[in-house]
Amino acid sequence: MNLEPVIGLEVHAELLTDSKIFCACSAKFGGPPNTNVCPICLGMPGVLPVLNRRVVEFAIRAGLATQCGIAPRSRFARKNYFYPDLPKGYQISMYELPICIGGHLGVLVDGETKRIGLTRIHMEEDTGKNIHDAHGDASLVDFNRSGVPLLEIVSEPDMRSVAEAGAYLRTLRSILQYLEICDGNMEEGSFRCDANVSVRPAGSTTLGTKVEIKNMNSFRAVEKAIAYELRRQASALEHGERLVQETRLWDAEREETRSMRSKEHAHDYRYFPEPDLMPLVVDGAWVDGVRAALPELPGPRRERFVREYQLSTYDADVLTQRKDVADYFEAGVATGAGAKEMANWTMTELLRIVRDEKLDRALVIRDWPVTPTQLARLVKLVERGAINRNTAKALLPKLRGTTADPEELVAAEGLAQVSDRSALEAAVADVIARHPAQVAEFRAGKERVLGFLVGQLMKATGGKANPQLAQDLLRTALRGG
Amino acid sequence: MSALHELSVREAADRVRRRDVSAVDLARAALARIAAVDTQFGAFLTLNEVEAIATAEAIDRRVAAGQDPGPLAGVPVGVKDIICTAGLRTTAASRILEHFVPPYDATVTKRLRAAGAVIVGKLNCDEFAMGSSTENSGLGVTRNPWDLARVPGGSSGGSGVAVAAGECHAALGTDTGGSVRLPAAFCGVVGLKPTYGRVSRFGVIAYASSLDQVGPLGRDVADVAVVLEAIAGHDPLDTTASPRPVPSYLGALDGKVKGLRLGLPREYFVEGMQPEVEAAVRKAIDQLEALGASVEPVSLPHTEYAIATYYLIATAEASSNLARYDGIRYGLRAPGGALGEMYEATRAAGFGAEVKRRIMLGTYALSAGYYDAYYLKAQQVRTLIRMDFQKVFETCDALVTPVSPTTAFQLGEKTADPVTMYLSDIFTISVNLAGLPALALPCGFDRAGLPIGLQVIGRPFDEETVLRVGHAYEQATEWHARRPKV
Repeated sequence: MNLEPVIGLEVHAELLTDSKIFCACSAKFGGPPNTNVCPICLGMPGVLPVLNRRVVEFAIRAGLATQCGIAPRSRFARKNYFYPDLPKGYQISMYELPICIGGHLGVLVDGETKRIGLTRIHMEEDTGKNIHDAHGDASLVDFNRSGVPLLEIVSEPDMRSVAEAGAYLRTLRSILQYLEICDGNMEEGSFRCDANVSVRPAGSTTLGTKVEIKNMNSFRAVEKAIAYELRRQASALEHGERLVQETRLWDAEREETRSMRSKEHAHDYRYFPEPDLMPLVVDGAWVDGVRAALPELPGPRRERFVREYQLSTYDADVLTQRKDVADYFEAGVATGAGAKEMANWTMTELLRIVRDEKLDRALVIRDWPVTPTQLARLVKLVERGAINRNTAKALLPKLRGTTADPEELVAAEGLAQVSDRSALEAAVADVIARHPAQVAEFRAGKERVLGFLVGQLMKATGGKANPQLAQDLLRTALRGG
Repeated sequence: MSALHELSVREAADRVRRRDVSAVDLARAALARIAAVDTQFGAFLTLNEVEAIATAEAIDRRVAAGQDPGPLAGVPVGVKDIICTAGLRTTAASRILEHFVPPYDATVTKRLRAAGAVIVGKLNCDEFAMGSSTENSGLGVTRNPWDLARVPGGSSGGSGVAVAAGECHAALGTDTGGSVRLPAAFCGVVGLKPTYGRVSRFGVIAYASSLDQVGPLGRDVADVAVVLEAIAGHDPLDTTASPRPVPSYLGALDGKVKGLRLGLPREYFVEGMQPEVEAAVRKAIDQLEALGASVEPVSLPHTEYAIATYYLIATAEASSNLARYDGIRYGLRAPGGALGEMYEATRAAGFGAEVKRRIMLGTYALSAGYYDAYYLKAQQVRTLIRMDFQKVFETCDALVTPVSPTTAFQLGEKTADPVTMYLSDIFTISVNLAGLPALALPCGFDRAGLPIGLQVIGRPFDEETVLRVGHAYEQATEWHARRPKV
């Protein structure tokens, strides 16, 4: 049987507001347990929620950036269940009247843009955190996270492969980061994803039995878990087994999903409208104001990079995934560096350092290894032939943390590329004289040996020789001799 | 000259401000009165003697320094034990909160303090304000000062008793379905349920969030007006509290009812009500007519659905509001091994029968598959009830009705049958569903010498008219001046 995967994703994005959604406590991550708490986020008797206006603004931003409709009137609802990390015994969320309805986003898969629908986006409060095994038999609860604002972003079941799910998740994170409303850190839990996965015969329009997967703490985990689940479901169907609607947990160590609870044991959350909060009214002027302040988003920016800088779609995509990286690239180009060369240096050298040093953990990278102007000048030196690539690479660490001009550094350290034919010819003669054996091999037809001889020449010139010229001169000398 | 504990709120505050009497003397008088009589009545759950005296001393110092401590300067007041008082035990009359001391004041508590009031203690009530007789208190029995064998009404029974018995000059109660008005009527004092949103609910332990409202009880209408003025108004901590400015309620008591159009809803004069109650209310209406008001019969056709509607909405909200009492962070925690066992043991031991009944009712009403038939339907009927009132208020300025079909009943008389008990609120409950202001005030006594209550219902945020009508009636009668023999 040819089976088609059907995947929908539910993302919980922790918002970067200063304070919590219903009280004035700091929403900051970390901090000693139970220090960012007050009677309201601890669910003490008689306290009431007051909605943080900034959270609404962030939700509107997310909605507009994903082509959602913004409901002029929406309403909070209570989701009722008992758990120690849920201080009121209910979570204030939204249910039948969410703030954002029916959007979509375009995701790039294999060079093609696919449109993935969004069902809804709503606001809710986060729970506290249970801490087990730290205190003998007892579990402890940290309520610092209780009341931190979340957006729940629910996709339509529009994804048909693991790659599409991965691309959707990365695109969504990229958009939230552009909007500066979520830092998108899956490992720290500020960007969490549950997946609804089912399979059906290819061509069928009805949905198969869906399984919800939870407990995935990285993009890789999401992709692996969905892939595992698709295999499990396909294999079950092939063996004539019936699938049950259930919630399964991803076990990252064993790389498998395990049943957590079936539909019959699903919670009845007894949602009802939150009587402590008035219906939320968002007027057109507010929406227009938020719309006017939206930044250029990753998709349109990627297309513009292709158009304006003649970059490949792939390169444009890499450069535009993070707003700060795209800004960096454009700042370099603005100082006169060639777009292609600037793109290459940004993507290879710069992003390598950024990733190695985890600078991309910050929502906005402020401690770049070098400034865009410095990198652009370095790029220009390479473009001009003033230094070769290797020299340029070697210079990067020397520029770090300085305001040095690469050109001055090149002059001061005598690193300028030697492109003077007469200066190199002496060195060529010297290399030929020192390596008679290799010269003989080359002349006997072993072309590969040329690389060794070029290397010797570079060594002799302290790496400064113009590599192309060095090769040409060597070849001529070897043939001539 | 009357004893200190008998002074009206206005007179007590005036005399403190004039340095004619000290706040400390008033506080001592109230505490002495409580010490002398409260063992009979059981109005108070917790006394606040030390802080009360300290507060009174501070007020006296301010007066001495030429400052004005506010409209309630030095007035001893009691607070229903469902309203949080920082540093002072607040139990909701429940074993589950028996030792709970809130680290914060309710907004109304703060406002009482800011107005110069001296909080002498916390008053008994039905557990979590669920009841009509105060018999559902998990922490003690409260008796009616007119007849110790009878209930004081509920749920704010302690508040009604303390005011009637002279244990404090005014008190705060809360009214979700009649819980200020019924004890006011049963105890022969004045009680006001303000418009939903007129008074902040922050720090008031929630029973049914869309219905709960704090209201004052006092010995006359003017006292109630003064206290209302002190506690009402916008609160940044409660988004359901209205930002409308607070008028001078005392200033509204101009005695003018001439030309006011009063409606008598036919559904509020029903078969089976105590004849003396109906007679007293009708006589009060005649009196208001004699004062120049016009009276016309009106109809509120959806009244018969009010009790059922209320018991779906209130219990649904309660089932969720009371979920936080789980033994995790504060309050009672019963020993139990696994988490689920601890939850069950704690809630089984901590909640009384009526609270459990309402949690179960509400949980059921919200359950998947029943929500539309119960909770949603109840909300729709609530809208119809609200519209009934809107319609009659097109032609009436206020409605006049009895507070309750009977006077105070015997302790234990209705505890076996919850539905009979629920019917005590038949005339008060619609007002909460519609979010309206309503005043209860004495309008006579039955043969057994028990007070009868008159209810005046007004348009949303028109507390002024309701108080004006009550005040004019009070000026023309003596009922409010009668006190139980203590």
